[in-house]
Amino acid sequence: MKFTLSWLKDHLETDASVSEIVAAMTMAGLEVEHVTDPAAKLAAFSVARIVSTARHPNADKLQVCQVDTKDGRLEIVCGAPNARPGLTTVFAPVGTYVPGLDVTLTPREVRGVVSNGMLCSAAELQTADESDGILELPDDLPVGAPAAEALGQEAVIDFEVTPNRPDWLGVAGIARDLAAAGVGTLKDLPVAPVPGTFPCPIDIVVDGDACPVFAGRLIKGVRNGPSPQWLQDRLRAIGLNPRSALVDITNLISYDRARPLHVYDASLLVGERIQARLGQVNPSHEADGHEHEHLIALDGKTYTLTPEMCVIADAGGERPIGLGGVMGGESTACSDTTTDVFVESAWFDPIRTAQTGRDTGISSDAQYRFARAVDPDSCLPGLELATRLILDLCGGEPSEVKVAGQPPAPPAAITFDPAYVRRLAGLDISADRIADILTRLGFKVDGALVTPPSWRRDVQGKADLVEEVARIAGYGELPSTPLPEAPYPVGGVLTARQARMRVGRRALAAYGYQECVSWSFTSRATAQAFGGGAAELVLANPIASELDCMRPSILPNLMEAAGRNARRGFPDLALFEIGPVFTSDRPDGQKTAVSAVVAPHPPRHWAKGGADALFALKGDVLALLEELGIPMANLQTFQGQCASWWHPGRSAALGLGPKKILVEFGELHPAALKRLGVEGPMLGFELMLDELPEPKRKAVKTRPAYAASALMPLTRDFAFVMDRHSPAGDLVRAAVGADKTLVDDVRVFDVYEGPGVPDGSKSVAIEVRLQPTDKTLTDAEIEAVAGRIVAAAEKVGGRLRG
Amino acid sequence: MTDLTPLEAEIAAAVGAAGDLSDLEAVRVAALGKTGRISALLKTLGAMSAEERKQMGPLINGLRDRAADLINARKADLEAAALDAQLANETVDLTLPPAPRRKGGVHPTMQVMDELVAIFAEMGFSVAEGPDIETDFNNFTALNFPPKHPAREQHDTFFFQPGPDGERRLLRTHTSPVQVRAMNLAGGKPPASWIAAGREPPIRIVVPGRTYRKDSDQTHTPMFHQIEGLVIDRAVHMGHLKWTLETMLARFFETDVVTTRFRPHHFPFTEPSAEMDVGCDRSGGELKIGQGADWLEILGCGMVHPNVLRHCGLDPDIWQGFAFGCGVDRLAMLKYGVPDLRDMFAADTRWLAHYGFSAFTAPNPASGLS
Repeated sequence: MKFTLSWLKDHLETDASVSEIVAAMTMAGLEVEHVTDPAAKLAAFSVARIVSTARHPNADKLQVCQVDTKDGRLEIVCGAPNARPGLTTVFAPVGTYVPGLDVTLTPREVRGVVSNGMLCSAAELQTADESDGILELPDDLPVGAPAAEALGQEAVIDFEVTPNRPDWLGVAGIARDLAAAGVGTLKDLPVAPVPGTFPCPIDIVVDGDACPVFAGRLIKGVRNGPSPQWLQDRLRAIGLNPRSALVDITNLISYDRARPLHVYDASLLVGERIQARLGQVNPSHEADGHEHEHLIALDGKTYTLTPEMCVIADAGGERPIGLGGVMGGESTACSDTTTDVFVESAWFDPIRTAQTGRDTGISSDAQYRFARAVDPDSCLPGLELATRLILDLCGGEPSEVKVAGQPPAPPAAITFDPAYVRRLAGLDISADRIADILTRLGFKVDGALVTPPSWRRDVQGKADLVEEVARIAGYGELPSTPLPEAPYPVGGVLTARQARMRVGRRALAAYGYQECVSWSFTSRATAQAFGGGAAELVLANPIASELDCMRPSILPNLMEAAGRNARRGFPDLALFEIGPVFTSDRPDGQKTAVSAVVAPHPPRHWAKGGADALFALKGDVLALLEELGIPMANLQTFQGQCASWWHPGRSAALGLGPKKILVEFGELHPAALKRLGVEGPMLGFELMLDELPEPKRKAVKTRPAYAASALMPLTRDFAFVMDRHSPAGDLVRAAVGADKTLVDDVRVFDVYEGPGVPDGSKSVAIEVRLQPTDKTLTDAEIEAVAGRIVAAAEKVGGRLRG
Repeated sequence: MTDLTPLEAEIAAAVGAAGDLSDLEAVRVAALGKTGRISALLKTLGAMSAEERKQMGPLINGLRDRAADLINARKADLEAAALDAQLANETVDLTLPPAPRRKGGVHPTMQVMDELVAIFAEMGFSVAEGPDIETDFNNFTALNFPPKHPAREQHDTFFFQPGPDGERRLLRTHTSPVQVRAMNLAGGKPPASWIAAGREPPIRIVVPGRTYRKDSDQTHTPMFHQIEGLVIDRAVHMGHLKWTLETMLARFFETDVVTTRFRPHHFPFTEPSAEMDVGCDRSGGELKIGQGADWLEILGCGMVHPNVLRHCGLDPDIWQGFAFGCGVDRLAMLKYGVPDLRDMFAADTRWLAHYGFSAFTAPNPASGLS
């Protein structure tokens, strides 16, 4: 909302500058968004009067003027045809920046005559788009007066009002708070009732549920038409378009007192009764779709009325002529030919008005105010003020006021101990000052009872009163008090899960993966392709159709991100994300995934070779699991059972058992890549953090005693022939299990298919490290272990290669 | 008496002529080997008279020692020359680049999240979490947003279709519902072990997490991150809130002086409510946080509304406290100079390389935050 400085000064006696007012508004809780201050732009310009003019000796179209200015009498060369003795106009001294010309004036000769400044046109001041000559101002303006003031150019303050303060949607309400904050004195502007000269011929009926209270009166014999210049200027200054005197008056009062009104052309009303009721439904018309009422509103659009809306109707309650508190109807709108006007000043329920605004999409000044709760006690003063202005500007004869219904109950008194200000805010402030602040804001202070004014229905408890006191005393007065020392949790402040997210993040970053953060949503089609897409996870109002479903996996987001990077010319990357995935809309359906994709497009390098990308990925996954504290000895690999978005032959799961899968990894399925429009191949993994076993919390941090064997380990090599499709991992597990005390480590150092190995078979060579525990092994003991290893290998289909 | 001089000269010449180690070995064998010429001379000593032996012994032994020294010296020279030749042959061009190594990094929002948690951990706050999909009750009603109130509309909420129970779930618009979960003693066992539930006061928690609003421009994205703070105790007041936030901001921006300003504001779930601004300087086209003529809004806060305490089963005449919430992505943008919020979620590898953090810069009080 906007207001001008002069408008504020109608309600507030103050000498404060615009910047002081803005600062006071800010500290009272009014967020000033923008200040347009033409006075600043026009500061150098002032009123001057031409004393005499003479033709320029060297130029036909120029005059040399003697001008009385704030700097005394000066000689100024002027080319304007309207420069004449006695003209009051605007003067710019040398050194002034003239915005309309985009130049700064320098002392210069104009065809041999020195000009000591400039006389200005409206276009040069940018107060009009174009102008014929220099400004012509009223002769009663004193020389030297600021031009901005003389031109009626004043500061416009644009600010935001929080939803709890509908009283700030009127300039008078802002003046009240500024006065309380010490910026000036509130002007008391009581509205004197205008007596009616005849009974109101229009009856008002309200359905309390739709409209608690409705006041109105008829004014006969008005002359509508354009409103006077001052009213038009005032509305234009805050961005409103003047329409006609009657409508402008309602807009003025809406912005001045936060009191919306409506005017009806009484000659267009049908019947002698106006009714405020809920929308009606006629079920017998359901078949032809006409069961609902409709209204053509002032904006020319047709709206469907529902039983949740407050409808204003005439014709015995049958014809909708307005949406109460939202927008009037076209059929009874005032026009220049209106002679009899019916003025409505009602109170509409905030929740109903807010809902109607949402349902119809109408956000009018009235709807905005009623949705935030207009002061119910302003019905009659608002009506009287409107009557006064209509009589003043349009003439006419008012009827008596008619009121139907009851305003809602006034705010209840609050029991308030002034010491609570110190307890809740830490603010040291006397009880007298507290009472003074509250009184200035319109509260009634009666001992321990404080009653909020009718316009402060947001104040409902003692904490609200503390805010009022602290706000007006100034938040700058609040102390800065150190928090009491809290016992620092010995084990740190993170849960095991939070600590793991941190370790995982830093580990993957160290392994060369870049962390990214992608949306928690994806498209439903993509979600379905990655095992999700349940109806309960589909957004009713997504920001875009391709972001309409909570993601079941981070992988598609990462794959698409990799694709975007590739299309930009950066195909070689490794991305990871740690974040939520969703299996249901319940809290326990949210899981945390640690996911990554690797696009294996290593750049060409002069030294060829390098590790196989798939096994490099597996190495990263194993290293990550170890960092996360997984019992690595119990880890098993399960191949051929991964989800459908993995390459069936090049993916596997790692887990602590077939029912305890922790992570799936491998190459992504070409069909999954194609679905997302991404070039392959691409590798990835997805680790479900919630599946990881809880780390054991040990009371004692000491580790088991270190006991390194003094005996030399020894190694033995074996080569086994096995079916080419048999997992080599089984062979390794067999060798490890052959002698759990002596076998210390098993490594695969060669996998071979070709001459020397039967067709359909492969040779797997392993190096087994034996670690003697208490004495050096004898040849016989070594042979015995080797025999057990060979026997174990045979059980998994490995024959010792001869 | 035999003159040994010619023999010595002959051996010396042969040593000098040996071009490699095998030549030299042949010379050594010919002179000092079992049947070598010096060895043969030594054998003659046995047949000599004592007098003759006394004269010839030192001469022959001297010859043997000098010959051995000569050979060893020559051997060392030849070995050194051979090594030099070998090393010269092993030269590689070290102006060639190494194999490229992918450089990983931590996302700036997550880095800042870690920084904030480190700051608050030192002040005795622990970390609490809650789900992204919330009930209308936890996100709004329990936080004192009246049903259908315009304050709800300001949140641009994402909704799901109403479920079979008729309840319409939503994506949390702020991390504040975790306040309700953390305080609500009547809430029972948490639905999952990581979700905050029913803590007995005093409470001191921070809540980092994803939040969602239907909005998109340079400074708004449909998903963003917040960190929420909640302190509930018997006598904690607004002065404590002010100190906590002043301390947090000074530590976060890592400057000695950060000027701050508390402004009244309105949030349904706090009373009194405030927004905090930090002093900043925009002159020179670059935003400097800390001091200056301008103010920059940084977070919202206030004393927990008595209705919120009541909703959670706490008596507002006994317990009171404060809450605050701020945008983590925005703090990251301000501290590290990221111009556009949307880039935070675009996963552009070049952007991540530019704004990301090394794995080894985990924030801690000893090394400074960043």
